[in-house]
Amino acid sequence: MTTALTITGLEVVRGTQQVLRGLDLTVDTGEIVALMGLSGAGKTTVIRAVAALQPFSAGSITLGDVSLKPGPLPPQSRIGPLRARVGMVFQEHALFEHLTVLDNVTLAPVHVRKWSRDRATAAAMQLLESLGVAERAQAYPRQLSGGQAQRVAIARALVLDPQLLLMDEPTSALDPARRVALADTLKQLTEGDRGLLISTHDVDFAEACADRIIKLSDGVIAETQTVA
Amino acid sequence: MKKPDALRSLLCVALLAGCTSKPQNQQSSTLRWGGDAEGGAPFVEADPVDPSRVRGFDVEIASMIAHGLGREPVFVQTAWSSLEASAERGDFAVGMSGLEDRKELRQRHSVSLPYFEFREVLAVRTADSARYKKLSDLAHHRVATLGATTAYQILLDAQGSAGVIPVSYDDDIHPYSDLVAGRVDAVLLDHIIAERSLRRTPGFVIQPEPAAVGHYVAVFARADSALRDSADAILRARMRDGSLEKTFRDWKVWDSSQAEHFARVLASPASTSAVKSSLQPAVNATSKPSVVAYLPAFLRAAAITLLLSCLAMALAVSTGMLVAAGRVYGPGIVRVPLTVYVEVMRGTPVLLQLFVIYYGLSSVIRLPAFLAAVIGLGLNYAAYESEIYRAALEAIPRVQLEAARTLGLSEGQILRLVRGPQALRLALAPMTNDFVALLKDSSLVSVITVVELTKQAAIYATNAGSWVVPGILCSLIYLLFSLPLSRYARSLERRWSVTT
Repeated sequence: MTTALTITGLEVVRGTQQVLRGLDLTVDTGEIVALMGLSGAGKTTVIRAVAALQPFSAGSITLGDVSLKPGPLPPQSRIGPLRARVGMVFQEHALFEHLTVLDNVTLAPVHVRKWSRDRATAAAMQLLESLGVAERAQAYPRQLSGGQAQRVAIARALVLDPQLLLMDEPTSALDPARRVALADTLKQLTEGDRGLLISTHDVDFAEACADRIIKLSDGVIAETQTVA
Repeated sequence: MKKPDALRSLLCVALLAGCTSKPQNQQSSTLRWGGDAEGGAPFVEADPVDPSRVRGFDVEIASMIAHGLGREPVFVQTAWSSLEASAERGDFAVGMSGLEDRKELRQRHSVSLPYFEFREVLAVRTADSARYKKLSDLAHHRVATLGATTAYQILLDAQGSAGVIPVSYDDDIHPYSDLVAGRVDAVLLDHIIAERSLRRTPGFVIQPEPAAVGHYVAVFARADSALRDSADAILRARMRDGSLEKTFRDWKVWDSSQAEHFARVLASPASTSAVKSSLQPAVNATSKPSVVAYLPAFLRAAAITLLLSCLAMALAVSTGMLVAAGRVYGPGIVRVPLTVYVEVMRGTPVLLQLFVIYYGLSSVIRLPAFLAAVIGLGLNYAAYESEIYRAALEAIPRVQLEAARTLGLSEGQILRLVRGPQALRLALAPMTNDFVALLKDSSLVSVITVVELTKQAAIYATNAGSWVVPGILCSLIYLLFSLPLSRYARSLERRWSVTT
């Protein structure tokens, strides 16, 4: 087991409000870490900072040999290695509405990794199959249920095989049965050298799938709980 | 004798219909007469001393007729191409402004005796005076004139017989400046206009041999033949007592041919038809303004309208996309000039922009008329398109862009693969509206000599003396272009609304 993510002394200031105050956090490969806390505690801010979508004022974020430094967000062209190591699933899924499920999943392999379309399609179909949505490959996002859309979003984030998967509020649009299924799916995803960092309000879901639960309060870690 | 474009003419008629459509009262103490001050001296022009008044030989002749009837003349500004229709509908009693005598004019209206004889003369650059003496010397060369005139019809006939290329203008100044500038090789117009232009714009010569001879007349409503007869009697009296000659001398348009013309008029019976026009046979071709005769010209003009609109829209879309991308993604140093461009193009009339591109820049770059039209319309509509695209780009949810960034797409790829295609769906409906609007605005390019659909309809209408058939034909062709486009856009919207 190695460390997939190391966060040290992370501070984020938004206007006059200090959202994160010196947060330290690690995620190991094969580990699922759930960030919990009240709204405004800073859960999503952590996820966004790791995804290089949120600038931070102090501290560092390290993924393998790639580090993010404090200051403005670096240009997209300079953080290719980070993008290769981190996948993200958004709360609203954020699937591209004008593309089919298959095109959503093959977009990055074809245009970022320059894979052939055949190779990208094969990889995408394998992932969609494992997530149980292969039959919807030609559907458009609007034609999917909430659970299907989320699994497609997971497939899109995983197709480049990142070492860390970030998920923001993954259960917000799921019924209880789907939450259990999702927890099982996420456990399968970490059976390798991949770590998961999840932001969630859902205690039952966190306890069902996470190895550790970190409770944030007012920008700092209030409690860390290891799940048996 | 100036021909403002057809839209302005229609607007003018429409305004007159609302404001001045009171039938002329025979017992009135005034005589309302219509003319076009845009045509300028020596016909009718705004008095430089008091621009609220008009002056010119047609103004003085109208005054002679009014005073001969014991009335005071009242001038009604009317577009030249609408004078006949306005007289017929009673906007004024008599219309004059260098109106050319034509067979169809006499068939549809009451027409005065011919009070002035003009010659259609060819003007060429001084260096070409030995080469181009008559129209038949100008095969495959561009010859300019005013649209919807006798001279234009002569050129159309010469196009078939001698291979000249007619170029239609909406005013009588730019044909000569373009002749000197080398944009056209000759100008065919009334000798009065040619001589006036030679004083303003040296650098060309007027060939002595006229291409045709015609007459200026006053037009009355068909039912106003009694008033016409009274006006004829007054004109004959003024010919006899020398006051008409004095007017023409004052305006420096009197010559020996006028004396001979007066003699012929006075020697003929008191029927205007007794004085025959000596226009060449080519001019008589105007006596068959049937749909079939005009159909080829209409189809050609329709093709020009369609091609012009498609090319201008392509330019507008591509430029608009670049401007929108610059305004959304660019730094301040890029955004500021692009914002100025958009505001200037949207805040000034497209007509003015066409003039500037075609005439204003001619000393720097001499663009062909069609290319200038494409560029003028394209750059104007690009400003509107850019605002549509900018709004559409900014309407794409931020999370879509962030999702694309987390996948590792570059900003250019995000624009091309994610943001742009989604924005295009939002922009489709307003883009379709803009293309239909551009199709209609393409009628404005007639001011820079491109004969497109509306201009062709105006030419047909002037010759036919009615807008009914040309108007319906013209409208049908516009609808033929725009309706399928709207249907296609709606079907695309429906398809995309299913998938997104």
